[in-house]
Amino acid sequence: MSASLEKGVRVLKEMIDAPIASYFNSCVHCGICAEACLFYTETGNPKYTPIHKLEPMRRLYEQEYTFLGRLAKMVGLSKPVTDAELGEWQELVYNSCTLCGRCSAVCPVGNDIAYMVRKMREGMSASGHSPDGLKGAVTRTVNIGSPMGIKLPAVKAQMKHVEADYGMTIPLDMEGAEYLVMLSSMEIINFPEYLGAIAKIMRQAGKTWTLCSEAFEATNAGMQIGNSDLARVIVKRIVDGAEKLKVKTVISPECGHAYTALRWEGANLVGKPFSFKVQHIVEVLEEFRLAGLLKTEGMETDRLTFHDPCQLARRGGVIEPQRNLLKMVAKDFHEMPDAGFMNWCCGGGGGASAIEEGEELRLEAFKRKKSQLDAVKPKRLVTACANCRIVMEEGLEHYQMNLPIVGLTEMIAEHIPDPVDSK
Amino acid sequence: MDHLQLLTWARGPGLDLSLGVLVLGVIWRLIEIYGLGRKQDLSAPRDVAGASGWNTIIRRSVPPPGMFKTSPVSYMGGYIFHIGLAIVVFLFAPHIKLVQGVLGLAWPGLPSQMVDFVTVVTMAAMIVVLFDRINKPVKRYLSTFGDWFTWALTFIPLLSGWMAVHHLLVPYTLMLAIHILSVELLLICLPFTKLFHAFTVFGSRWYNGAINGHKGVPV
Amino acid sequence: MKSRHPQQPGTEFSVPGTVGEGLARHGVSRRAFLKFCTVMTSMLALPPSMAPAMAAAIAATRRQSVIWLSFQECTGCTEAITRSHSPTLENLIFDLISLDYHHTLQAASGEAAEHAREQAMKDNAGKYLLIVDGSIPMANPGYSTIAGISNYDMLVDSAKGAAAIVAVGTCATYGGLPKANPNPTGAVSVADIIKDKPIINIPGCPPIPVVMTGVLAHFLTFGTIPELDGLGRPKVFYGETIHDRCYRRPFYDQGKFAKTFDDEAARRGWCLFELGCKGPVTYNACATTKWNDGTSFPIQSGHGCIGCSEPNFWDAGGFYKALSMPANPLKVGAGVAAAGAAAGVVVTFLNRGKKGAAKAAHETTTLNDLEQ
Repeated sequence: MSASLEKGVRVLKEMIDAPIASYFNSCVHCGICAEACLFYTETGNPKYTPIHKLEPMRRLYEQEYTFLGRLAKMVGLSKPVTDAELGEWQELVYNSCTLCGRCSAVCPVGNDIAYMVRKMREGMSASGHSPDGLKGAVTRTVNIGSPMGIKLPAVKAQMKHVEADYGMTIPLDMEGAEYLVMLSSMEIINFPEYLGAIAKIMRQAGKTWTLCSEAFEATNAGMQIGNSDLARVIVKRIVDGAEKLKVKTVISPECGHAYTALRWEGANLVGKPFSFKVQHIVEVLEEFRLAGLLKTEGMETDRLTFHDPCQLARRGGVIEPQRNLLKMVAKDFHEMPDAGFMNWCCGGGGGASAIEEGEELRLEAFKRKKSQLDAVKPKRLVTACANCRIVMEEGLEHYQMNLPIVGLTEMIAEHIPDPVDSK
Repeated sequence: MDHLQLLTWARGPGLDLSLGVLVLGVIWRLIEIYGLGRKQDLSAPRDVAGASGWNTIIRRSVPPPGMFKTSPVSYMGGYIFHIGLAIVVFLFAPHIKLVQGVLGLAWPGLPSQMVDFVTVVTMAAMIVVLFDRINKPVKRYLSTFGDWFTWALTFIPLLSGWMAVHHLLVPYTLMLAIHILSVELLLICLPFTKLFHAFTVFGSRWYNGAINGHKGVPV
Repeated sequence: MKSRHPQQPGTEFSVPGTVGEGLARHGVSRRAFLKFCTVMTSMLALPPSMAPAMAAAIAATRRQSVIWLSFQECTGCTEAITRSHSPTLENLIFDLISLDYHHTLQAASGEAAEHAREQAMKDNAGKYLLIVDGSIPMANPGYSTIAGISNYDMLVDSAKGAAAIVAVGTCATYGGLPKANPNPTGAVSVADIIKDKPIINIPGCPPIPVVMTGVLAHFLTFGTIPELDGLGRPKVFYGETIHDRCYRRPFYDQGKFAKTFDDEAARRGWCLFELGCKGPVTYNACATTKWNDGTSFPIQSGHGCIGCSEPNFWDAGGFYKALSMPANPLKVGAGVAAAGAAAGVVVTFLNRGKKGAAKAAHETTTLNDLEQ
């Protein structure tokens, strides 16, 4: 119970670095970032302009780290940041930002606004101004092991199901396996097909893999709430698991932010480079495809489109592999407008989907995805992020659109022929 | 103080003072900003051609796909204003002489009628951009005193320079003095207002390009 | 000042003591005089119909008593006005006036000369025209005296009974060369001292002779001073810059500049701006009236305008330095760069200390710490 303004300010002072200083000094208030943000475009409310979401941090930067700002604060020209102000900003920093990074991709002066929001959340969480939904998620992840409160027995039950359905054993805690497969709670509860798909793919590729009983949950609510101390606790489990099992590669599941947490933030959180590789499942599949280890048969014939998860594509650099993989199995594939690097967020990334009070805004913002989908009119929507999938399913239901969503890995796996000898 | 004295002051001590503040301010502020440093990124980089800070410095000069039509006034106004300003500042013969006087560098200029035309176009673009700032809810919402102030700070040198050339309102000598003094005010304010983006834009684009380039994303 | 009413035309050349009588005595015909007046009206931008009226007015006028005082000067202004003597009609302007005191030109010397001045002041109290060339030293009255009288005292004394004062040359009008930095004599202009009389400034180093005669003609015709600009100069002669009326202006507009005084561009007569021409900031009539009976003017002879009719032209940053060049070379560059770096380093040092302190004070967040 020690969150306070003072602590928040102190953490923000830790966070502000040269890029942030450069970004604040470069902003000319052109407002182009607003046009890139679905929370602005769909509501028309200028308070959702991305750079505005950082206003308290900007003032703090000037007051603490510039000579003239210190002077202005001393003579009362610049108001100090207050607790009430941070409270007011909570909605802007969490509910209306999914860290999708579209603003960072368009800013004419080159400001990486998403980078700044991520850092601002550190101060927000330290000052006690973070959403209850995320607090709950991070508490469950730290205490129980997963944001949805899933424990190992639930995973084991899932494994049994898959083993029964596919007639394969799911390795657990197998030391020396090449791949450590991570899951997201979403997949454990809602999309159990994923685990079976992995099993089929690995069997065809002839690779060794394993789950880890101490680290099966890939998602990191600590990163979403913006608290490095808690994010570190969560990511450390995976690092320990991977090191203990001596795996070569840890596979991030179909979950955008889990990928960012593990692939890009992980090493920085634990403070040392990883001894293993981290790959998103889509990257692994692409590697298998290129190596001739992934063979499919048959094609999907209905009209398909693909939703790029922001953290995988724009913030993760994986854009072409998913398209190459889709080509293997989809005959009638069509891109949405702005697909790929400039794709629009589902509206629930960066932890936003866990914020109950943000639902109305989220559904409003979903209109952007809806219009993208209306332009293509697909029969099914493919994606590679379980969170995007859930958020979009909610949105589609709200707007009464009948459009099934399917995971890419799962779709690929469906086209992998059963080995002759297993029958 | 008469007009010629004012002009001579502007060309002499005024110029010394303003250039002095500019050089001092720019170096100070650059160190102040970039001296904060940043942590080394410990994650394994993904190497992708075209994903680097230097690439982004260039690439960000062009609107990303689909963005132009969302803010045509900002983009067009921005292009015309920045390019026009560069032409007027760096290709008008007397301005080149000034640079030559201070730095010893010289290059060919443009005929003054052409510079005159560009000045008018640049001023028109600035006025359009100003109206856009008043008109567009987002821009109006974001705007602070600094935005209006720096607009005026940039516009007055253009207007006074143009009026001096055309002998409007007050005698040429006085208008030329006003023109030079307004530029000097601009130089003095540059390091301490949003005009400093003229310098930090390169650092900001570089950081964005480098941070995302580390992930293999050519932003 | 009251304007004079011309008498009937035809009679003015015979009334004793008038200008007309003087002209007749010198064999100047009415026709020639009218021609002079036509030239003057056009120069003064008056309607042509004013020429006969001007002729009538001047001819009927009693020759105007003029006292010419020379202070800290080089006699260049007097030299210039004498150059206007021959062979045109302009030289006869001296017959329009009674030059009662001019210590360079008058025959009398010593006490007799001073006596002439005192006499003229007494006889024409309140009516005489006072012409001054040269600046007035204020640092020490001994820097310049005439007959033991300081310039300041003589000016103040002579100005009392004057109808108007004409300050001739840049020294009298604005302090001129004697006032150039560091102004050792504390030189000031006439207008700096005399505040209660109408003053016409005819600056130039020297002024254009025809401009001096033109202003006198105007005063004699209308009895009023011509319309002046903010610097006390007749607008009719000082309304436009040399640059605006310069025949080399098209080259400026095209960006064609001579780089040295003997390059190909200079030989082709291109613009002298880059060689330091001050034409753009100099208000004078040189480019239109020209000098020596309309023969030429400095720019036509291949040298840039030095701006000699502008206040403080001597200290306006150097004659051969383009207007766009800094008036004084920047000498603070390295110093301010070092100061900027020092300021930046100090602030950075403080910033890093602050950031370090924030880091050191970091308390690892536990779940409980998410709540206030």
